Amino acid sequence: MNLSIPGIIIVAAVALLGIGFYGLLAVRNLIKVIVALQILVKGMMLGFVLAGRLAGNVTLGQSLAIIVIVVDTIVAVVGLALAVQIRQRIGSLDIKTLTSLQR
Amino acid sequence: MVFILIVAGMVVCAIMAIRASRLLISAIWLAATSALVALLMYMLGAPEVAVIELSVGAGLVTVLFVFAINISGEETPNLKSLLPRPLTWISIIAFLTLLGYFCLPAFLRSLPEAQASSLQTVLWEDRSLDVVLQALLIFAGVLGVIGLLSEGNHHPAKEHDV
Repeated sequence: MNLSIPGIIIVAAVALLGIGFYGLLAVRNLIKVIVALQILVKGMMLGFVLAGRLAGNVTLGQSLAIIVIVVDTIVAVVGLALAVQIRQRIGSLDIKTLTSLQR
Repeated sequence: MVFILIVAGMVVCAIMAIRASRLLISAIWLAATSALVALLMYMLGAPEVAVIELSVGAGLVTVLFVFAINISGEETPNLKSLLPRPLTWISIIAFLTLLGYFCLPAFLRSLPEAQASSLQTVLWEDRSLDVVLQALLIFAGVLGVIGLLSEGNHHPAKEHDV
């Protein structure tokens, strides 16, 4: 099979999105959920850069990817801070134990 | 061929990041994924964002993960998913099929020549509102770091007082 370079990058981006989505659905550790979110966003960033390149305006794709990197890092920081605080207060990182918040 | 090798390595690293039993190992696989994504971006003709991805994605975020794992401690029993396994796989396959269907027209296109235009112009003039919002978000990130470093001052003794 002779895939073009955009085809290969699309396969990579879709694979990263799929792996991240699987992680979000299947993993129960809070820190691993953030890892899955990071993988998901990396797939999307590749998509941004490729779309910019295909549209002939790679700098627009790059600027969007930079914004996504900043937002993604902040999401990771806030998520990790929440995970650490939950671990200190509840004593577990398992998301099932967070259902105790319902009571 | 080089592209296929990098993509294969990236997918393996991403799978290992999800599958690894220890959190620290998972963070290191994530850093490797990030480095390979940066390499791919560089080869696509986006060197600026590749450098930022390498320094932030593979550097800063990994340090943050290692720091948070050290504070919260390793807790790695591989627990069963909350969702039923068939439902998980059906939703993932539906998601990927839909995404693949929309991406199909781009499969057969060839990569056009990269046009030289200034990233500074696009970022600081065309997307200036986004840059302002980024500054606000960085402030939110600073608050997050304060939350990460704070000791957690809850008082379980109060429950007994009532």
